[in-house]
Amino acid sequence: MSPAVAAIHGPHIDYAAISPFEALLAGSVIVLLVGLLRSRVAREQLVPALTLVSLGASLAVTIWQWNDHVSAIAGALAVDDLTLILTIVFIAAGAAAVVLSWRARAPRESAHGEYHALLLASIAGMAVLVAAQNLITLFIGIELLSIPLYVLCATEMRRASSLESGLKYLIIGSVGSATLVYGLALIYGATGATEFSAIAGSIANGHGSNALILTGIALVIVGLCFKASVAPFHQWTPDVYEGAPTPIAAFMAVATKAAALGVLLRIFDVALVGDQFDWGPALATLATITIFVGNVGALGQSSLKRMLAYSSVAQAGYLLAGVIVSTQLGVAATVFYLIVYLLMNLAAFAVVIARERETPYGDDIDSVAGLGDARPELAWPLTIAMLSLAGIPATAGFIGKLYLIQALVDGGYAWLGVILVIGSMISLGYYLRVVAAIWMRDAPAVGAGVPVIAGGSQEADAVAPSRNWEVVALAMVFGAATIFFGIVPQPLFDLAHRAAGSLTGIY
Amino acid sequence: MLSILIWLPLAAALIGAIAGGERTTGGLTLLGSLGALAIAIALIAGYHGNGGQLTHVIDHDWIPALGIHYKLGLDGLNLFLVAMTTLVFAFSLLACNLRSWKKPSLFYVLMGLGESAVLGAFLAQDLILFVAFFDLMLIPFYLLTGVWGGPGRVAATTKLVIYTLVGSLLMLAGAVALAVISSQESGQGLNFAYSALAASPVGKGSQEWIFLLFAAAFLVKMPAFPLHGWMPDAYREMPTEVLAVFSGVLSKVGAYGFLAIVLPLMPKASVHYQTLMLVIGLCSIIYGSAMAFTQTNARLVIGYSSVAQLGFITLGIFALAPQGAQGAVLQMVNHGIVVAPLLFIVALLAARAGGSEDIRDMGGIAMRAPVLATIFLIITFATLAMPGSGNFVGEFLILLGLFKTKMVFSIIAFTGVVMAAVYMLRIFIRTMHNRTGPEVRSRELRWRDALVIVPFVGVILLFALYPQLELSRAQQSVTASIQPARQVESSSR
Repeated sequence: MSPAVAAIHGPHIDYAAISPFEALLAGSVIVLLVGLLRSRVAREQLVPALTLVSLGASLAVTIWQWNDHVSAIAGALAVDDLTLILTIVFIAAGAAAVVLSWRARAPRESAHGEYHALLLASIAGMAVLVAAQNLITLFIGIELLSIPLYVLCATEMRRASSLESGLKYLIIGSVGSATLVYGLALIYGATGATEFSAIAGSIANGHGSNALILTGIALVIVGLCFKASVAPFHQWTPDVYEGAPTPIAAFMAVATKAAALGVLLRIFDVALVGDQFDWGPALATLATITIFVGNVGALGQSSLKRMLAYSSVAQAGYLLAGVIVSTQLGVAATVFYLIVYLLMNLAAFAVVIARERETPYGDDIDSVAGLGDARPELAWPLTIAMLSLAGIPATAGFIGKLYLIQALVDGGYAWLGVILVIGSMISLGYYLRVVAAIWMRDAPAVGAGVPVIAGGSQEADAVAPSRNWEVVALAMVFGAATIFFGIVPQPLFDLAHRAAGSLTGIY
Repeated sequence: MLSILIWLPLAAALIGAIAGGERTTGGLTLLGSLGALAIAIALIAGYHGNGGQLTHVIDHDWIPALGIHYKLGLDGLNLFLVAMTTLVFAFSLLACNLRSWKKPSLFYVLMGLGESAVLGAFLAQDLILFVAFFDLMLIPFYLLTGVWGGPGRVAATTKLVIYTLVGSLLMLAGAVALAVISSQESGQGLNFAYSALAASPVGKGSQEWIFLLFAAAFLVKMPAFPLHGWMPDAYREMPTEVLAVFSGVLSKVGAYGFLAIVLPLMPKASVHYQTLMLVIGLCSIIYGSAMAFTQTNARLVIGYSSVAQLGFITLGIFALAPQGAQGAVLQMVNHGIVVAPLLFIVALLAARAGGSEDIRDMGGIAMRAPVLATIFLIITFATLAMPGSGNFVGEFLILLGLFKTKMVFSIIAFTGVVMAAVYMLRIFIRTMHNRTGPEVRSRELRWRDALVIVPFVGVILLFALYPQLELSRAQQSVTASIQPARQVESSSR
């Protein structure tokens, strides 16, 4: 062995600590290979089952890691409570996406193996992203999360709007990534460090108002706002959600948002916390714009997927609030709201998927008209989800908004709390329109005129209601959880509080 | 005890909906609300002032992380409002049971949820719990109007919900701000209980903006003059039984909120905005009265008369004098037990006038229905505050309290009493006497309708003969509730 090689010591890798990521990536490889089998059962039943097993294994080792606050691979990844809790969110969203895709069109048109392997890879990317402790890992995470999603959006290969959605997401996502990496480079240039802790130290030592770093921060904000669909960088969101296969749209709405918010917490509330007075007002302004743009944009939508896309833009504005105040309370409120957001959004998307398969109306609001009479088991979860998104008491959404408002008032941003409330008022206009359609309208006459397909992924071979049981069950579970955590939120508070405790740099 | 009272109606309705068929749901919900009524009567019998302190207190930590408690309590302020709520709900549910509804299970579950939420709002002693119940009661009424309402129901419900939810979301922001600022100023942990917030009130500047958020919510709910835009549509479209409950009970939650929350927790702001609130009250009286004697739809006459009546109650509360507040509480109860039977009678009249609720299509109904006419007359007199009625006592106390503190306002408010006589007698004469309308087929009150209306008349007579029943029990709590504001006022003089 030559001395030059011997001098390079790879960092110590704690394989136990990073086992949640390993489980996901190993699962991804296995699923891809199993997907090559000839047998139809293996492809259509075994692959989703193995994906769920891989997610379950990852969940198990995540829970096993609980309380071990490890900094792995020479400080590149932090496997702490924030990482673990957000990983659970991603796994839950991924598992829901697998269940929702089970009889969907997208994996059949692309290939089951690839579809599920990409999904697992994307989840692994999200987990790496929120665990990132330096700029390099951050960028690797964001690319590992995004690239599979670009492909997944385009998996309904025979529908032009799905391809359009994938292409659009690819182009805009790349612009976002490019902006982000430019910003990261400038931050590195200003501070000479890639580790978050070293950057924070450099800012604390008076490099905080250097023009380089401020430009870098601005570019990082823009790049991450593309990912989190914060206005005015949100324009891709409605188009991509509308075109993407609905299970993927559901996954993106929940998991991508959680990943983007997780990394915002890591970078702004840890690395750049010393510059809070520079980026705080900027992000607060963006949050205000986002709340208004998202809520006003959603008002006029007749496609449920576009409506939910605009609603997710608005919710991103609410969620930013927790980042802006940069307090432990703010972090806890953000994490709490992310969990709640998972529950209510997946309930809503599951109902949309069920109705896409049952009616010829795609994801148009007509597809849920008269649902209260026809399918109460779908009507209730959707009603609960809409009321929770609007923030009505006895739902988890109410507690989430309450927590965010409390964090804002406590952090000296009371005005943003009022903006949040005003946004919620506007949002009633479209959430209640859905509730009104469910309970107060009659189902449109069958076969009346040409079916309206508002760009939704229309399932050509409509499935009889009894064959949608897994989608209905998912909607009911998440709907029930939304109510349960609206009345007994304490378990989620404990989780959120623990997650916030891992960001020790803020009070 | 109070938890049972709150949740009994909903539990009964849910059991009925899950276990029973379509008829049993209605029966069980009725039984649940009668049970709540019985508990309320027992509470009245067992309550003797208690020095203005809470009784039957239940206090559990609900969300310890945010200092939110599940705290309920009974005092002189909410005792009779709770009783009135159970009474109006019980007999409205009786009326509901006398006709058939589409989707009966859902209907009764929503009615049960509505009753539970209103009772919860009255009994809550924690600000967030109050906000939660306050918002929660909107959901059942939104669906009740939207599914079972008249032809313009979708527009009406949208208006109703947007107005009221805007108010209550602002109140939520106000509630959080109140508690957070209070805990920052006092250095203690976050606590949303009324008692804790009253013990460490926030500074004057904070009180002033938070007051406006709360006032917006309560004034919309009442409804008071500039914020009543949702009222005409909602009154026109709601089913009668639902409207009776809505008008009788829900409007009082707003007025109760001023007495139980705003005055004790924000005394400085209450004094600061006293004149503004009195002006709003006066405008409501004058505008409501003027509209009431120009409307021809009988429901809207009653709707606008409610605006005027709630205006009186606002005046009583913001007179910041013990008599005024006492009168206001009495008047809240009186209005509830008067307006519900009035609406049932309007429905009966409409049935006799070929389905039209326009008073121009009515007339001459008294000839063949003397008992109905008598009952209507009693209720009319009670509404216009004829001396000898409970409403007279209430309005008299309000005007007395106002006269002592703000004489000019009370003189203008007196005209409201006269106007009430004009519009109530107008509706009575136009419907019961005058020339018989073209479509009118008058007939006497049937037993089943009498079963609903007569108990209200009984209670009206009870309060006419013995208003002391309410006044003596409420006195100490009412005085305690306006005490902080009176102290602020006297120290600023």
